Amino acid sequence: MMILCRQIVAALLLMMCALSQAQEGSLETLATQLIDASYREKAVLAEQIAALDDERSLPLLSALLNSALYYKKDDQRILIVAEDDSITDALSNEAVENLGRRDKKKIGVNNSLRRTLRNLISQAQINSRNPDIRLQAATNLLKSSADVEPEIIHQALAKEQNDAVREVLSLVQGLILLASDQAAERRQGLAALDGSLYPQVRASLNQFIQGFSEEEKISRRDELKMAEKSLADIETLVSMNGYIENLYFGLALGAVLLLAAIGLAITFGVMGVINMAHGEMIMLGAYTTYVVQQLLPQHIGLSLVVSVPAAFLVSGVVGVAIERGVIRHLYGRPLETLLATFGISLVLQQAVRSIFSPLNREVATPEWMAGTFMVNPALELTWNRLYIIIFSLLVLALLALVLKRTLFGLQMRAVTMNRPMASSMGIRTGWVDALTFGLGSGIAGIAGVALSQLTNVGPNLGQAYIIDSFMVVVFGGVGNLWGTLVAAMSLGVANKIFEPLAGAVLAKILVLVFIILFIQKRPRGLFALKGRAVDNA
Amino acid sequence: MKKTGFKSLSKASKVLATAALAAGISLAHAADTIKVGVLHSLSGTMAISETTLKDTVLMMVDQQNKKGGLLGKKLEPVVVDPASNWPLFAEKARELLEKDKVDVIFGCWTSVSRKSVLPVIEELNGLMFYPVQYEGEESSYNVFYTGAAPNQQAIPAVDYLMKDVGVKRWVLAGTDYVYPRTTNKILESYLKSKGVAGKDIMINYTPFGHSDWQTIVSDIKKFGSTGVKTAVVSTINGDANVPFYKELANQGVSAEDIPVVAFSVGEEELSGFDTAPLVGHLAAWNYFMSADSKENDDFIKQWHAFIKDDKRVTNDPMEATYIGFNMWAKAVEKAGTTDVDKVEAAMIGIETPNLTGGMATMNKNHHLSKPVLIGEIQDDGQFDIVWETDGLVAGDAWTDYLPESKNLISDWTAPVKCGNYNTVTKTCGGAAK
Repeated sequence: MMILCRQIVAALLLMMCALSQAQEGSLETLATQLIDASYREKAVLAEQIAALDDERSLPLLSALLNSALYYKKDDQRILIVAEDDSITDALSNEAVENLGRRDKKKIGVNNSLRRTLRNLISQAQINSRNPDIRLQAATNLLKSSADVEPEIIHQALAKEQNDAVREVLSLVQGLILLASDQAAERRQGLAALDGSLYPQVRASLNQFIQGFSEEEKISRRDELKMAEKSLADIETLVSMNGYIENLYFGLALGAVLLLAAIGLAITFGVMGVINMAHGEMIMLGAYTTYVVQQLLPQHIGLSLVVSVPAAFLVSGVVGVAIERGVIRHLYGRPLETLLATFGISLVLQQAVRSIFSPLNREVATPEWMAGTFMVNPALELTWNRLYIIIFSLLVLALLALVLKRTLFGLQMRAVTMNRPMASSMGIRTGWVDALTFGLGSGIAGIAGVALSQLTNVGPNLGQAYIIDSFMVVVFGGVGNLWGTLVAAMSLGVANKIFEPLAGAVLAKILVLVFIILFIQKRPRGLFALKGRAVDNA
Repeated sequence: MKKTGFKSLSKASKVLATAALAAGISLAHAADTIKVGVLHSLSGTMAISETTLKDTVLMMVDQQNKKGGLLGKKLEPVVVDPASNWPLFAEKARELLEKDKVDVIFGCWTSVSRKSVLPVIEELNGLMFYPVQYEGEESSYNVFYTGAAPNQQAIPAVDYLMKDVGVKRWVLAGTDYVYPRTTNKILESYLKSKGVAGKDIMINYTPFGHSDWQTIVSDIKKFGSTGVKTAVVSTINGDANVPFYKELANQGVSAEDIPVVAFSVGEEELSGFDTAPLVGHLAAWNYFMSADSKENDDFIKQWHAFIKDDKRVTNDPMEATYIGFNMWAKAVEKAGTTDVDKVEAAMIGIETPNLTGGMATMNKNHHLSKPVLIGEIQDDGQFDIVWETDGLVAGDAWTDYLPESKNLISDWTAPVKCGNYNTVTKTCGGAAK
């Protein structure tokens, strides 16, 4: 019908086509049918729309895929809602204004329809001018190669200049050939797929091998051998990448432990205060991130950067207040300190619950922290963890610098090593104590900023990290920053080595048992302080 | 910020004051009001979920009072805080029944808290409505279960994935406690009865509040990359879901490849984060806020007016509380008294509207008949209902898919009058009345 329409347009008048637009099979009728169709019918309609030679079909299908396609309840016009909430008519491209929330209704999609749509859109985008879009389209087609028109890939490959896109496209072609009923084509497909690390390739090879019947195993022996060999090669490479991935997971977990524990390494490690409210300092940092983000709703990335000093200040000030108000009076009485700080932690939790409600708060993740960094198709590293590893090391380095290279750091070390001596040298020890506790708390606040990107921002955030933090500090050796670093990383990696073998619950127990045994042997942890400080500790 | 702090503080103190006042004047006015106990955690880990239910009960009480109360008396809520502390639940339940002499209790969320309250309620012959989906394998004379039993949530969800999505490989992931363990045991035996091989089922448990999901998500990805359609059935508990879904999104596990169907994730849990990367993952419930019915529109409107925040969402346990409360009110009117035994007898067979446009019925086993819905997560944190059961599903207290409970039924009407009646040996396993 459409072709007929175009011929008429070419031959006759524009008006004629305008009349025929209401005919069956035009974009107008198909799009309107979407409104009442079931999900299965919608998939058929989408295919018909994609087959039309109409420049409006691609935006319409993309909008449907992204749940941005609506219809107006009264006159059934099809609408596209853009990201900035502006509304246009999908068919006439006119802007539509003054629409109430209840006037339009979304045209629903489900998973299988989304898959169909992605496939249809990718088949169209494979001819896009932008190589990035082409690459994305080709990667999408890899997932649904069975539904791809082989001719489209063939033509796209013939004119493709970009190497990366070519590589993926030839894999798509390989997958299509693998499903062929011609032995020669299947062999061609196997050759094309050899050595590729894409999970879809592995899955298809697996299916291919399992599809052999007993007779075929003999009659098509060479194909089977070829497939088994490439699969074995791929598996070896994949499992090697698996080890690297696991190591990365371990380091990432270690970085989280490190961030949570650095603050405690100062308050507990250097000052010797058993600070049960440490977790709540982390929580305050996370809530600060939330508040900053509420103040800068348009700049998520910037708000995160601003949150780092803000969280340091908030948690630091609260820390100083706690030290001056409570802990100052309890030095040298560890049991009372423990109880008092535990009480403070409960007070802080309930305070947050009353102010912000017990519900978790939403902290948005900036775009540059989402997704993965692809080393190869079998090894993808998540960006957010990568940033947190770097961030934790930066915080540690900065802290080491403060302790080793500044006057405050010197005074702090002097006070913790020998208080009367430092005092007689003119250092205001009380002041240094307060600032040291504030520093430790402030760093816990910074950890909260990072954790807000990984986990719930809620009143109980701190509880989840307090045990881990003590574990790291005790294991690493009290009062030693390097010890904290090594302990955090090795506990992280150990946890991730045990986890695939024993499950998450048992892995945690195993790590705890290991630490108990280790502390029996070396009560002062990995890196024990030597010299006079030991006597005071 | 400080302002809101004071506001909610003063709100809290008001609640305390009314509670104290209620306790004080209860002696003088004992006969004039009907007391409704609310046993939900307002502090501690579970406060996140349970506070909402406390507000729901208060809203329902408020409305009933506006309609003139019950039996000519006003309803009076008695709110206590068991603080997410399981033994404290039992103590507070005793306090409600013995000291405050409440006529009914709405309460509990986790199964451990329910199990802790159970002996107290049975000893003192109290009446409790439990509004949360749970693992089944229980039926008490003194408890009405208005949340979903496994056959009203887990089994239909698995059926949907098997038949409509064509899933052949299964990951059963859960938090390590009684609800996920029992549900997964039921599901595993159900899947095996449907011909799924043991190697196509991966079972994984994680501690409460687990936050590092890297390895597990990566394992799921590997398990799902054999070319056979794979789905994750998640009984992961509330709080741990946020990092789980974040990790899924980050590692690029999309719902089109490996859909995750969750039994503990509703509108409220999703209100904590950006759902754009999660579009298409599933949840199975008996109610979604997006349900298209007049009752639902009214309920949402009332809720927003009551809570004074029109961004607050509604969820399935709230609907279960709504149904439970209305059924209790209806049963009290039918029985003409708040006496537990009479109300219990009146409850069975009671029908009230549910929020999805149908009627909920209370069955002989103290469980409801309700529709089961499957929803896909949308980018606005709501669910789009993609499937629902043809009719109502009657809650089954004792699952048919475990050998130890296959022959058990619960029937609280004469002549059986037993919570775990063995249909083969014709004996009652203990909880008789």
